[in-house]
Amino acid sequence: MTEALLEVTDLTKHYPVRAGVLRRQVGTVHAVDGVSFSVGVGETLGLVGESGCGKSTVARSVLRLVEPTSGHIRLGGEDITHLSKTALRPHRRSMQIVFQDPFASLNPRMTAGDIVGEPLAVHGLASGKALEARTAKLFEQVGLRPDQMRSFPHQFSGGQRQRICIARALALGPRLIVCDEPVSALDVSIQAQVINLLIDLQRQHGFSYLFIAHDLAVVAHISHRVAVMYLGRIVEIADKDELFRNPRHPYTQALLASVPIANPLAKKLTPLVDGDVPSPVNPPSGCAFHTRCRFAMERCKIERPGLMEAGDGHHVACLLNEGTGRPNSIP
Amino acid sequence: MKEATDLVLEVKNLKTVFFTNSGLFKAVDDVSFTVRRGETLAIVGESGCGKSVTALSLMRLVPDPPGRIVGGSVTLEGTELLALDETRMRAIRGNRISMIFQEPMTSLNPVMRIGDQIAEAVRLHRAMPNREAQDIAVEMLRLVRIPEPARRAREYPHQLSGGMRQRAMIAMALACRPALLIADEPTTALDVTIQAQILALILDLQKELGTGLVLITHDLGVVAQTAQRVIVMYAGKKVEEASVEALFAAPKHPYTRGLMASIPAVPASGLAAQARLNEIPGTVPSLVRLPPGCPFAPRCKLAIKHCEAEYPPLADWGGGHLAACWRAAEIAEVA
Repeated sequence: MTEALLEVTDLTKHYPVRAGVLRRQVGTVHAVDGVSFSVGVGETLGLVGESGCGKSTVARSVLRLVEPTSGHIRLGGEDITHLSKTALRPHRRSMQIVFQDPFASLNPRMTAGDIVGEPLAVHGLASGKALEARTAKLFEQVGLRPDQMRSFPHQFSGGQRQRICIARALALGPRLIVCDEPVSALDVSIQAQVINLLIDLQRQHGFSYLFIAHDLAVVAHISHRVAVMYLGRIVEIADKDELFRNPRHPYTQALLASVPIANPLAKKLTPLVDGDVPSPVNPPSGCAFHTRCRFAMERCKIERPGLMEAGDGHHVACLLNEGTGRPNSIP
Repeated sequence: MKEATDLVLEVKNLKTVFFTNSGLFKAVDDVSFTVRRGETLAIVGESGCGKSVTALSLMRLVPDPPGRIVGGSVTLEGTELLALDETRMRAIRGNRISMIFQEPMTSLNPVMRIGDQIAEAVRLHRAMPNREAQDIAVEMLRLVRIPEPARRAREYPHQLSGGMRQRAMIAMALACRPALLIADEPTTALDVTIQAQILALILDLQKELGTGLVLITHDLGVVAQTAQRVIVMYAGKKVEEASVEALFAAPKHPYTRGLMASIPAVPASGLAAQARLNEIPGTVPSLVRLPPGCPFAPRCKLAIKHCEAEYPPLADWGGGHLAACWRAAEIAEVA
């Protein structure tokens, strides 16, 4: 792998659960529980998992939008986990985020031009005519017309709004863009436009993406490497091709088998897991997946497997993968 | 086998319009289709294409004002639904034709126990003591494979997970053994492993009960895995209809082709990292100011002059494969 731009080690985020008149703490939500990964320069790391698995909390912790309970975040070699607001400010320029809902993440009372130019103005990088010229250039980069700068967000379609969000993220020349479900709210034909735009921009500028989505196909398409999360932990991480061709964790296998394939001749929609994701307030002991796993053994209820290298950068947290053992491939 | 060919639903030239401040728009424009006993018909399209309004029109649930069904006919088991008065429609709705929605939390009553809600639906259509209806409710919950159905029947919707709630909705919709079930994006709000469970459940129950199913979705993967026949809608119109095999093997309409090309696939074998997707340029047109010709023409790579002038007829290209495109005959070569 190339040099790491972002390194996350043992990231943990717990939220207290309070109840009663005195708001006493009655439990803890284990949103993220000891997550480690890195993103290389110019690389896209996809982070997949179902709702409540903690993928968005990881995204926000990386940007220090939520304060992690413990663990370390290093950006370009510097530890930013405990930097004060002021000390963090120069680093903010190199990391940006694009959110899922392009309706909620744009101020409806600002023009599109002001929204995209605001980061430049806030960081004092441009003003007046220069600001306008740079904003116009950003508009062109994301496939919008500079004459649309004076329009308000409601005058744009969903796909165009997401382009505005991307232009705003680009404004400061970031090295890392965190994309939190950037295409989930868009129609299929528009989704393809935005994915293509993200790929093109990365080729031009060479920045890295931490790309979060629940849609495996979208993640497979855009990522170089993919990490799978379940109940606050990474259960498997590998190169994209390796992960999809040779999934080792039973949960990854179940996820892949659950994706309906757009080919009527390949009828094999076979749910490999029953039941629902357990609550992160009281995650199961041992391996968090043992309650739904087809291969669960007695040991899985007691021992919590760590990520183990299974060859060639393929890491998996499953006791079955100790030594040579590996779960059966998908039937 | 004769039963399998029984027609459950016949929709002819359905037209539903909305009167809004910015003008009149045709949400459903001249749409026809049929559903047989035990058959699954999928309606696909993007937001605003009229697929949900079609479903609401079948249920006679289009909000009036601003919407109104202005033409066509909807025949369910030989009864013309559009001619019924509201009282008689009520006797059919939830009984012979029922519907499940995308978001189970907003379609269940939050302050009523699950069992009571199902029992209420049953007692609306069949005179029976409450105790008996409660037994049916528990039986239905068992049918949709909810563990400990008797205990779950006494719980409230917020105590159930998203997947469980959708199971409860299905139990309620099927409680009266309807001839036709309409499922409007039933799994869109659910996680992919739960989606697989719910889709498998719907198909199993359909086989067991012989219900006709209209499945509305934007997900071509779901269509391929569940439907026998497919309708593709664009800007309120049916642009293509075919058996699921024919549609995926050789789509005749450029819009269908574009949709299929733009979905990213889970790579089965070595796909080049970050291949670009084939996108459909532009956006879905506003239904208020539709161009006179084919509404897809401005986004279509194959459009010719004639496409902008006149709307193409819905022609049969063999074996019941319908498509409305001037260039459908040559599409295999040009595209």
